[in-house]
This record gives sequence, structure tokens and C-alpha cells, in this order.
Amino acid sequence: MVTSTGTLRRLARFAPAVCLLVLLGCAENYPQTTLAPRGDFARLVDDLFRTTVWWAVLVFVLVEGVLLFAIFKFKGRPDDPEPRQTHGSTVLEVAWTIIPAFILAAIAVPTVKTIFKTSDYATGDVVQIEVIGHQWWWEFRYPDLGVVTANEMHVPVGKTVNLRMTTFDVLHSFWVPQFAGKRDVFPGRYNPLWFKAEVTGTFSGTCAEFCGTQHARMMFKVISESQEEFDAWVSRQRVGSPLVNGGRIAPADSAAPADTTRPAPPAAPDSLERAGIALFNSTGCIGCHSMVGTPTAGILKMTGPNLTHVGSRSTIVAGFLANTPENLAKWLSNPDSVKQGTLMKLPRKLTDAEVAALVAYLRSHQ
Amino acid sequence: MATSVLDKAPAAHATAPTGIWSWITTVDHKRIGILYGATAFLFFLIGGLEALFMRIQLMKPDNDFVSPEMFNALFTMHGTTMIFLGVMPLSAMFFNYFIPLQIGARDVAFPRLNAFSYWVFLLGGLFINFSWLLNAAPNAGWFGYANLTSNQYSPGLNTDFWVLGLQILGVASMAAAINFFVTIVNLRAPGMRMLRMPMFTWMSFITQILLLLAFPVITIALVFLMMDRHFGTHFFLPEGGGDPVLWQHLFWIFGHPEVYILILPAFGIVSEVLPVFSRKPLFGYTAMVFSGAFIAFLGFGVWSHHMFATGMGPFADSFFALSTMLIAVPTGVKIFNWIGTLWGGSLQMKTPLYFAVGMVAMFIIGGLSGVMHSSPPADLQQTDSYFVVAHFHYVLFGGSIFGLTAGAYYWFPKMFGRMLNETIGKWHFWLMFIGFNVTFFPMHFLGLNGMPRRVYTYPEGLNFEFWNQVQTWGSILLGVSMLVFIYNMWKAARGPANAPADPWRGATLEWLIPSPPQEFNFGTVPPVGSSTPAWDLRRANGGPLQEPAPESGEGIHMPRPSYWPVVTAFGVLGVIGSILFTHAFPQWYLITITGAAILIYGIYRWAFEPAF
Repeated sequence: MVTSTGTLRRLARFAPAVCLLVLLGCAENYPQTTLAPRGDFARLVDDLFRTTVWWAVLVFVLVEGVLLFAIFKFKGRPDDPEPRQTHGSTVLEVAWTIIPAFILAAIAVPTVKTIFKTSDYATGDVVQIEVIGHQWWWEFRYPDLGVVTANEMHVPVGKTVNLRMTTFDVLHSFWVPQFAGKRDVFPGRYNPLWFKAEVTGTFSGTCAEFCGTQHARMMFKVISESQEEFDAWVSRQRVGSPLVNGGRIAPADSAAPADTTRPAPPAAPDSLERAGIALFNSTGCIGCHSMVGTPTAGILKMTGPNLTHVGSRSTIVAGFLANTPENLAKWLSNPDSVKQGTLMKLPRKLTDAEVAALVAYLRSHQ
Repeated sequence: MATSVLDKAPAAHATAPTGIWSWITTVDHKRIGILYGATAFLFFLIGGLEALFMRIQLMKPDNDFVSPEMFNALFTMHGTTMIFLGVMPLSAMFFNYFIPLQIGARDVAFPRLNAFSYWVFLLGGLFINFSWLLNAAPNAGWFGYANLTSNQYSPGLNTDFWVLGLQILGVASMAAAINFFVTIVNLRAPGMRMLRMPMFTWMSFITQILLLLAFPVITIALVFLMMDRHFGTHFFLPEGGGDPVLWQHLFWIFGHPEVYILILPAFGIVSEVLPVFSRKPLFGYTAMVFSGAFIAFLGFGVWSHHMFATGMGPFADSFFALSTMLIAVPTGVKIFNWIGTLWGGSLQMKTPLYFAVGMVAMFIIGGLSGVMHSSPPADLQQTDSYFVVAHFHYVLFGGSIFGLTAGAYYWFPKMFGRMLNETIGKWHFWLMFIGFNVTFFPMHFLGLNGMPRRVYTYPEGLNFEFWNQVQTWGSILLGVSMLVFIYNMWKAARGPANAPADPWRGATLEWLIPSPPQEFNFGTVPPVGSSTPAWDLRRANGGPLQEPAPESGEGIHMPRPSYWPVVTAFGVLGVIGSILFTHAFPQWYLITITGAAILIYGIYRWAFEPAF
């Protein structure tokens, strides 16, 4: 028998479906959501997801509804007579084999279509970007534009970017949910991904394949901006890039000396920055970081991120901290306390004055 | 059973009735079942504690309740423990105790091999957990993706404990699988044709086949990994021409059938409980058998759906998408037949039925989210996010654990001669049901809103904190439900031996003998003319059967207790565990040789020991 509490309970079972509706509505509050696509790749995926979700909700409501109905309808007592002994029904077996098969076909057809749309590199007028995963940060290279940067990918809005992705060490997975699904990266192999940003703004990304101690703090940003802003960013980033003139700054580009592979004071030196560059060279920073104006300026395969233009980035430590002088000082004083297990090792403890000099030096590289 | 060779055997050997030695040397499938159950339940509680620590860590953003390394060890060991030391051996408890009873046998086909399986399992479980004491718990994930597991990126003993521990546990699983396979094929009571076997025995039988086919693959993969780590090979190392993707294929060719190894026994239990508490036979018995077999068969053709984000190309993606979708069809058939079983029944609202229906209701959710990520492009957003964590907990907790708990309430009276309390049982159910859903349903939201898996923390600003906090409270509720369960068992253990032979009007052979059964199970094996032989007898009798009287067991020869299985198990531990020391000292192989000597001597003595 169906009681009023039974009806209530039955309604309560629809709660997940209601939650789902609410969820699809309020996804905007989640900066890393998959449910509010802002790129064409993510939109293809989202369309497919919504198809499957509505089928799933329908099946859920029907099957759980029948299950609950059966439980309340056929509740028995210990002394009731034995119910009719049914053993099965061929008609029903055939029906509940075929009907789900049709529903699955309704999901399978758009699935296969979308697979073929999303599997390969994009072609045509695209911005080429190489993505290289590192424990635990992301390197982005623009081979055609001569830019090498870390943890912040700039893309022009409305233009397809073509990602060619690999890793420096272990497996990682590149994931910017509002632009595209994730794709794993493997050593010695390139994997494709592409997307076209539909709007400008800053979008969250993260590593999605477990990659060791600091997998959680391997985040990054994708900054979508107008073509003009993007071009301006590129021309700033080209200065001292390892991909341009071997990291040497040509006289035409700036007032800096032509050959910057040897240590040289920055263009507008104050004493703090001058102390900073000396420390950068002497305390071992250059062992892992490529940096304009140092002997490593032109080297690509370094363990740590390229720090040329580090001052222009909005975050440090793979998207973990805002790029402020205080945070940079905290990081340089004791990297392991900020990000336990980080591969950034200081050869010795730096004094507060040394940290201040390095902060000033690094932040001067806009 | 064949008895001609036993004519000259001495009087029946009862297992030494009490004392720790009687448990160490026992070859009685029922006692080994209880050993499996007790051990697995303890490991299950440890795995649950590991989960609780993770939930506390994730309660707020940028939390530092545990260190990153500790968190990585916690989720690795939580997965490894729950799968290999919790759910699989809990299923093995039921295989051990109930397969012989359900098919009318006096024991399994190889009683000493059965004891050996248990001891190897225990030693393997202790071995892998011993790593905690050395602060070297495995921390590269239960999936151990190459090349993170290489010496370069995982230099400590952590991954060695994992590789070698799984290898030891694999020996136990293989031995047990061969044993149950042979038992089911050869020791069925007269009249019990394959298509009259109880559904739990059927699903267990399919599970053994899966074990036999899937475990060799992980064994090989682990040998490769061990060679890479200790003997200089490059199976998975790109710098030596190896390929980390190979590990993923091997791992999931094992790993996906493993999912069915975890769920099919629970399917079987639910297929026992629903008919008994509906008082009508399982709807579509034949369809249930063949859908189970079909799921198992297809289970070997879907492994790469764990790898859609690896970029396999459109043809492989399409193939594995379609095969994965196909598997939803026989799974649906099972669910519909369960509902068909309930339909028109006279439902006896006892605790086992609550858990069985809860299993069906929760498994539907896990199945539907499974269909959602069978679509590779959609899966690119879902894989490695909390959406997947939600999915497989609905399958493995909502499915396996609810099913196994239904089995625990259903069979506890048979195993211990005592009834579990119904009121406490229902409290257990509702706390677990609510706690489970509060813990795991919001994970769907978090995953779709971009929270990746296996992260020890998350930053403020992504708005993950609210649902994480809700989940933590849910997991605490789950912990409380486990305490209620333990209290219920403790209360029953202290209470009177009040269980009749057949408290539920059961349909299968185990309900025809006293609770708990005598050592030889059946004095005379009853006739079997259908898949519900106990109901047949009850009908022929025109009402409830008389409480069976204890039998003398005169002239029934039971296998002799033996300690050689334990000795041999230590040999296995020595041989495999010795690899741990290759980097520690150059004479490590002396341990291997000692282990091998113990192993060979144990097998030798075992082989020439009189069985009766």
C-alpha cells in the first residue's frame, strides 16, 4: 500500500535530480567548473554530457520509482500466504534488453561523432603552443612566436590554440575545464588538444593526473585576451626569450647590452637589484632557472621555470600564491615550508636581506 | 561423495575443537571462512580510518592536518586495502563458508590449499601494512602508474612494499580461485545441475574464472615493474625505450575485471536475499546467470575506458566506448530482474532485505554515472575528477559493501548460531545509507565543478569547501554506522545461541542443517531437484521442516588438520618479500634461498602428509 510517508519518501528520492538542476544552474560560482563552457571544445563535450545526463535522470527516476513502488506495494507479513510463484517472463527479458540498448544507441551516435571531432590537432589559422608538464609546474612555449613562460598561458580570444603536449618527467594531465577536457602527457610523446576561447578573462587549470607529492599544487591560469593585448604580451615576452636570439637581447629591442649571456646589471639598476642578480648567479638559482642577463638565458631544458618576465605573472608557485613581494619573499625564504617536497632547493638558508634583494631583482623583470 | 578409498581410514579426525592451535592448523572451510571474515573486517576498518583521515584533511582549504606525503600514502593504502584486503577477502569469507554449504559438499576440493590461501593473504596484508611502521607506506596510487613508480621518481621502499605485497596477495587469490572453481565443478550434490546452482554460487563461480584470467596479467605487470626497479630493465621507462602506457594497458586489463571480481559476489548475495525475503523465486534465473557471464566476458574488452584521456586515437576510443555501453545492457537486465523478484512478492522487511534493496538502489546510481563516462569526450571532463570518485564508490560501496552487509545479516545466524538484533540492524542500515549518500553524492557536484582526484588540498576561491565539509560529516556518520554494526555483532556474541537452522525460510541447502553447521556439514546430502531445494522439501512437507537434530558423524571422514600450509605460506613470504632488500645489502638473495627452502620443504611435507 502507498502511504503518505511513502509518497514523501518517493518524492525525496527525486532530490538528486533536483540537486542536479540546481547544480547546472549555479555552476558559475565555480571558477573551475566543467558545466559553464567558455570554449568550443568544452562546449562539444558539454552538449554530449547534457544528452547523457537527461537520459540518466529519466532512467533513474523510472527505475528507482518502480523499485520504491514495489517495496511499498508488496510489503508483506510473516503469516501471509505464499505469494504467486513466478519464475520470469521472456517478453519482459527481451523488452528490458532492447529498450536500454536503444537508449545507449542514442548516446553512442553523438559520442562517436564527437570523438572524431576532438581527437586530433586543430588545423588552419591557429596559435601553436607546446605544453610541457614538470613536477610540479607547467611550461608553455610558443615556438612560432618565440615565447617561453610558466604557469600562465595567454591566448587570443576567438582564435583556436593548438596544444602539443608532453612532459619533462612523469605523467601529468592538462585540464582547463571551461575550455576543454583533460589530456594526459607522456614522456617522449606528444598529445594533441585544442580550444578556442569564446570570452576574455582568467580561467583556472590544474594537473589532473597524480604525479607525486605536490600533485595538488600544480595549478595554472589561462588568460584569454583581445588580439591586441595578446600581441603586446607576446612582444614583451619575446625580449630575452630563449627562443629569440638565444636569449640575448638585441640592441634594437631595448637599452640593455647586446650580449647578456655574461652577468650584467639591469637597465635601471638600484643597489638592491644589483645585489639580487649577484645572488641569483652565486647561490645556485641559475642551476635550475633560465633567466635573461645570466649565463642560462638561452637554455631551454631547465628543471625550474624560466624566470624572465616572472614579475609580469599574476601568481607564483604553480598558481598557488599571488605574485606579491611578501609571497615571493616567503617562498624564497623556505620553499619547502610553502610547498613541501618541492624540487626547488636552496643551497643554503638565505638571510632576510638576501631574500629582499632577490625579490627586488625578480620583480623588476616585468 | 566418493568414499571408496576411505574404507581403511582411521576414525574421523575432528579438528582440535578449541584453542589457538586449532585455528592455525584448521582446514575446515567454515573456520577458514571465519578467519577470512575477521581478518578482512579488521583491514576494512583500517581502510575506513584511512578514509576518515583524508576526509578530515579535506574539510577546509589549504588544511595541514596531514602532510602531502602522508595524504598520498593514505589514498594509496585506502584503495589498496579496500580492494585487496577488504572487499575481496570479505567475499572470500562467503565463498569459503557458503559455497560448500550451498552445493551440499563437506568441504572444498583442496582443504589444505584453502588454509594456505588464507595464511598467504594474512601475511601479504601484514607485509603491505608493515610499511606504515617504517614510514614507507606505498604512495604512488593503488593504480601505480609508470613512470612515477620508477626508482628515479619513487626511490624509497614505498613502491616495493606495494609491488611485493600485491604479488603475495595474488598468490593467495590464485590458489583460492583454483580451489573454488574445482569445488563448484566437482563437488555439487547429486541433482544439482549447473543451472540449478544457487545464484550466489553461480556469481562466485564466474568470479573465480575472472580471478583466474585477470590475476596473471597483474602478476606479469608487477614482475615487469619489479624488474625495472631492481634488476635494471626498462619495460615502462621511456629513457630505455620502454613505454609507461604499457603499464596502463596491463594494469587495466586486470583492473577492469577486478571491478567485477568485487561486485559479482555482491550481485550473488542480493540474488539470494531478494527471493527469500520476497518469498518467491528469483525472477529470470537463466537470464541472471547469462547476464552475469556476459558481464564477465565483456569485462575483458573494456579496459581502455580507464584511459580515454591518454589520447589513444578515435578508433580505439570508439571501440572501448561502445563495448563499455554494451556492458550496461546485461547490468540493466540484472537490476530489472531484481525488481521483478520483488514485484508481486510478500516482502518480509528484515535487515538483510533493507541492505539488499539499498544495494540495488545505490548501484543504479553508480551504473548511470558509469554510462555517463562511457562517452570518451564527456569522460575527458570527468576522469580523474571527484565525479569518478563518486561513481566508483556508488559501485563499490553502494554496490559491494551494501551487498556484503546484506550477506552478513543474512548468514550471520548460520555462521554463529545467533541472530543479529533487528532494531539495531535497521539503525545500522539508515545511518549507513544516509552517511553514504551524504559522503558520496556531493562528489558528483565537486567533480563536475572541477575538483581533481588525489589532491591533498585545494585552494580557497574554487568554492570546493562547502561540499567537502558536508562530505566529511557524512563520512563521520558512516564511521558511526560501522560502530553500530560492531555493537550489534558484540551484542549477539554475548547473547544466547538463539538462531534456528532456518530463520528466514531460506531456499538453499545451507538452511537445512543446524546453525552453526557441524564440521562435516551434511550427514546425508539432501536431494536437489531445482534451484530452491529447501523450498521443495518444505512444500513436500506441507509446512515448516523440523529443526534438524545434530548428527553423530559416525563414519564420516574429514581431512586432518595440518600446519604445513602455514609453513608454506611463510616460504612464499620469504621468497617474494626478500626482493625488498636488493638495494639494502648484496647478500639479499640468501633470504630468497631460505624462503624457497621453506617453501619447497613445506610443499614436500604437505604432499606426503596423509590427508585423512
